[in-house]
Amino acid sequence: MAIWFARSRNIVSSLRHNLNLSGILSKRDYSPRPAFTNSQLSSRSVFLDSITSLRHESTAVEKQHDLVQQSDEEDVQELDFPGGKLGYTSEMKFIPESSPKRVPCYRVLDEDGRIISDSDFIPVSEQLAVRMYEQMATLQVMDHIFYEAQRQGRISFFITTVGEEAVNIASAAALSPDDVVLPQYREPGVLLWRGFTLQEFANQCFGNKADHGKGRQMPVHYGSNRYNYFTVSSPIATQLPQAAGVGYSLKMEKKNACAVTFIGDGGTSEGDFHAGLNFAAVMEAPVVFICRNNGWAISTHISEQFRSDGIVVKGQAYGIRSIRVDGNDALAVYSAVRSAREMAVTEQRPVLIEAMTYRVGHHSTSDDSTKYRAADEIQYWKMSRNPVNRFKKWVEDNGWWSEEDESKLRSNARKQLLQAIQASEKWDKPPLTELFSDVYDVKTKNLEEQELGLRELVEKQPQDYPPGFHI
Amino acid sequence: MWGILGRRAVVNGGISASSLRSRVRSSSVSARSYAAAGSKEMTVRDALNSAIDEEMSADPKVFVMGEEVGQYQGAYKITKGLLEKYGPERVYDTPITEAGFTGIGVGAAYAGLKPVVEFMTFNFSMQAIDHIINSAAKSNYMSAGQINVPIVFRGPNGAAAGVGAQHSQCYAAWYASVPGLKVLAPYSAEDARGLLKAAIRDPDPVVFLENELLYGESFPISEEALDSSFCLPIGKAKIEREGKDVTITTFSKMVGFALKAAEKLAEEGISAEVINLRSIRPLDRATINASVRKTSRLVTVEEGFPQHGVCAEICASVVEESFSYLDAPVERIAGADVPMPYAANLERLALPQVEDIVRAAKRACFRSK
Repeated sequence: MAIWFARSRNIVSSLRHNLNLSGILSKRDYSPRPAFTNSQLSSRSVFLDSITSLRHESTAVEKQHDLVQQSDEEDVQELDFPGGKLGYTSEMKFIPESSPKRVPCYRVLDEDGRIISDSDFIPVSEQLAVRMYEQMATLQVMDHIFYEAQRQGRISFFITTVGEEAVNIASAAALSPDDVVLPQYREPGVLLWRGFTLQEFANQCFGNKADHGKGRQMPVHYGSNRYNYFTVSSPIATQLPQAAGVGYSLKMEKKNACAVTFIGDGGTSEGDFHAGLNFAAVMEAPVVFICRNNGWAISTHISEQFRSDGIVVKGQAYGIRSIRVDGNDALAVYSAVRSAREMAVTEQRPVLIEAMTYRVGHHSTSDDSTKYRAADEIQYWKMSRNPVNRFKKWVEDNGWWSEEDESKLRSNARKQLLQAIQASEKWDKPPLTELFSDVYDVKTKNLEEQELGLRELVEKQPQDYPPGFHI
Repeated sequence: MWGILGRRAVVNGGISASSLRSRVRSSSVSARSYAAAGSKEMTVRDALNSAIDEEMSADPKVFVMGEEVGQYQGAYKITKGLLEKYGPERVYDTPITEAGFTGIGVGAAYAGLKPVVEFMTFNFSMQAIDHIINSAAKSNYMSAGQINVPIVFRGPNGAAAGVGAQHSQCYAAWYASVPGLKVLAPYSAEDARGLLKAAIRDPDPVVFLENELLYGESFPISEEALDSSFCLPIGKAKIEREGKDVTITTFSKMVGFALKAAEKLAEEGISAEVINLRSIRPLDRATINASVRKTSRLVTVEEGFPQHGVCAEICASVVEESFSYLDAPVERIAGADVPMPYAANLERLALPQVEDIVRAAKRACFRSK
């Protein structure tokens, strides 16, 4: 930092650019306000104060051109190019590849579950807080039991959400049921919040005849029309431009709702990330992009995924308002998502949220993450940085939750899940009629012929098909 | 555009563009003996434009998206006038990202709108093929009917003239192999109108393969076809010319070539039945097989690459279902198994010509029991 002050005030203008790139915290008052005035800029000490004041004060989101107008004399003359007027400088200066300071992380609760003084957040009622905690704990139990079921060979595959319960539940709690969710695959908590039952989750994992997905998809590829949660699709990041399309549709129909889509840190490397964000911004679509930066994309650490300061800095590159939030802080996630959602709907614009968190579990049941990361790293995050424990402390401190409630909830959830799995396992798989349906809206002739042919074959040669094979 | 047709005309042996047009017009009128004799004519371009216009007018959920579709009036002017009429929300000019706007179209379709997505050519759809196959085609099935995708992907497909390998591939076989998609290929103005209207109204994702060189061609069009409620059934082929000696099946631009070949064959006493497939998926196997059972001979023609092509599927279908009716081996005429060269002479050699169809039909006819 010291080097900057040794040079002329041109440094000031370039540093200003850097700070702009590093993003500024936003208060709930979103009117653009310039952060610096000319008089402040001329003094080094005031500049220092301005830096430190950034840490403690929330400043409003500023527009780039506001700064340019208040900049040094040499920038007063402007150049006209397609895209608008630009100030110019005769000093050749490259924007550095990174800011001296990383974008700070918005947080409300400390690690001991106590609200940090002077925090900016949307208050949460007892009823809401208790429900949020219950769902986070239920999600934990669900993850544990389905994971075990896969290990026992009862389901073929599973993806857990361990370590990301706050992102899942708090974001869901902040949305309205009309908001359309396009998930990646690590957000079943959103569906759980909206009312998907444990039995319904189990049915999908077992692919039985009660599965809303008619046994068409691998486990964890949940979807529900009823709860506005689009069926999980395996290719990464395809949901991002699709979310822009959903947002556009909601905008055209003037609905009081937005599209909300999730992506991991790794998924932001996909081309669709660029297309989705760029388009949402150009179309002015009401979309909230939530990036779960959990540090790992299977075995690829974020240091091998990108060289930027995470995802939040990319938002401004697309003209999208962004925030970095502590994804393990349920209250911070709730406030950020709730605010983002309001912005998206009332201002008809996309918003980007980077939720910092950690993937405690393996990528999936096909992965053993101890092969590429230290076991004590996993332990550290599991025990000391656990989002569920952190929120629990806050809820307990408020006198809204007791140990008795805790054991009752966990044992109930466990019992329900075991019953659901036992039931799911026993139920029949979908019948043959569901092999050829839903390819098209109405079955085409060749499909009808194929189904008839297969039915006749099964009847004629039952010995070639497993006993109890259902037609 | 006329420049391209002009070059194509030179390739075909030095005929001028206008006389080529009038030749095609006259031959298609004579071939379509049973079609309603309308005195009106319409270009394929106007047919497509009017179809989109009418469907947008009838259903506010229909909207058009693609590069240059709005202000530029469409790269091939298919969407001319729509921006003025329906505004920028419903005629959306996209940035250059096929993956992006295809994904957006799929998302909008998921949410209940009816996008008509234009690819400047289907060659560029390669950059978006994941959205077309893994999202659009499979979503209804994977979600067990909860997510349907009423989207239409349209644009020029196949060879144009002098545009080289990356602008000339025919994607009919690729898209038609995927369950969940419907694939249509119009030939005449009536096909263009009826099939595009059917595609827009269909709740399933439809890949609509046009042909750049056909855009400017005029065809007679009946009063019935000009009506705004006109619609052709998806999955039905059309017998363009009846015959009794050999069945020639094809689609898109090759229909015109097949009709010309039929004229030439008629001069030599061979009566060819020309089937315009119209629908590649679902394929109208019933019409094709019924025709082969009548003529006992099959020549199947396409512009695209030969291996795993549409012709291969038709041959398999006919051999499976009508084997005992065949008097000759099935014949396939397809494009050369090379990326399309640019030089005009090489391009001509790489594509089926009328003479190739005539020779194949003769081969099929002189191989008797």
